This record gives sequence, C-alpha cells and structure tokens, in this order.
Amino acid sequence: MANECCSGTTTVLFTCSGAANVGQVANQAAVDLQQEGIGKMLCLAGIGSHNSGMIASGKGADRVVGIDGCTVACTKKALEHAEVPMTDYVVVTGLGFKKQAHDGVVDKEAVEKVKDEIKKCLGPVVASGGT
Amino acid sequence: MKIEIYGTGCAKCKKLFENAQAAAGSDALVSKVEDIQQIMNAGVMLTPAIAIDGEVKSAGKVLSVDEIKKMISK
Repeated sequence: MANECCSGTTTVLFTCSGAANVGQVANQAAVDLQQEGIGKMLCLAGIGSHNSGMIASGKGADRVVGIDGCTVACTKKALEHAEVPMTDYVVVTGLGFKKQAHDGVVDKEAVEKVKDEIKKCLGPVVASGGT
Repeated sequence: MKIEIYGTGCAKCKKLFENAQAAAGSDALVSKVEDIQQIMNAGVMLTPAIAIDGEVKSAGKVLSVDEIKKMISK
C-alpha cells in the first residue's frame, strides 16, 4: 500500500477478478499473495478507467504480475492498453482448470496452484522478502 | 500550474518535493499531500508520486530536476 513508503523492490499484482469461476480464483490468489506479503494488489478497474495514479503506480513497480482467469486475457490487454509493462503472467485455465459459471465457492486447489506459479515466477524476489 | 507530491514524508518524498520546487521555479505551486487517505484516493499505491494539474505522472520514483522539467514542458 501507499503507506509502505519508498520500500525496496516493489511487486504489484493485477488480476482480472472476473465473473466466472477462474476470475474469482485469480482474484483470491492475488488477495492471498498480498496477505503473505508477496506483492501489492492494484486495481485493474483503475487501469480500465484510466486512473492516472493507478497507471503511474503500475509503471513505477519493479515487477508487474498479471493474473488472468482465462484466455480472453482482460488483464493482459488492459495493461498493454495503458502501457504498463507486465513482467510475469499466469492464466488460470492454462494451469488445467476449466472456465465455468461461478457457483460461489472458490476452488482452493486452483488458488494454491496459481499462487505457486507466481511464486515460481518471482523466485528471487520472494526469497529476498522484497515486495 | 499546480504540482502535487504524494508521500507520507520519507526521505525520498522530501527529495522529490525539493526537485519539483527546483524544476518549477516560480511558475507553479508545489504542494505536498501527506495524508494516506488522500494519497490512496488518488489511486497512488507507490510513493513518492508526482501529479501535474491533477494527473499523476509518476509513482515510486524520485525524478530528477531535469526529468520534472521535461514533464512540465510537455
């Protein structure tokens, strides 16, 4: 968050947070990672609405992680449109999970797999404790 | 012209404020926004950040005087 003023390596997380099950998995993974101190969630809606503060915050980060639920790739496209360079990218359906209507229950196994993928991508950053 | 520096008051925030003042001279009003709620309401999630006439131009970096001058002249 902004009150972690002038910290070292900064990692930010953008997620699609879509209506389907995989969008909710993507969102929950980002929530969990932030809780674990691995990155800060930023609002993809802020990127879509052209909020200059959110766009500048994305551009100012050292690592920009994008998490999409499916291959429609809204996170990736929104970041590209705003010229926020993404350094790491995970798609939930790419990990073998099927997109379907969200029934209100987030698939915990899928969330853990997404988190593991992101941790793998961030390897040295996670190990050093930098966020 | 109005320049705002977003930051809760660390050394980097202060440096960016000084650089902004040096870059702007008497052409702009440079102010600090240190209230965390106001910072977050502006969408700023990395500090220090600089906004020119209400638009956040950079976050998470201490821009030099020259970089700010270029930004102002655009």
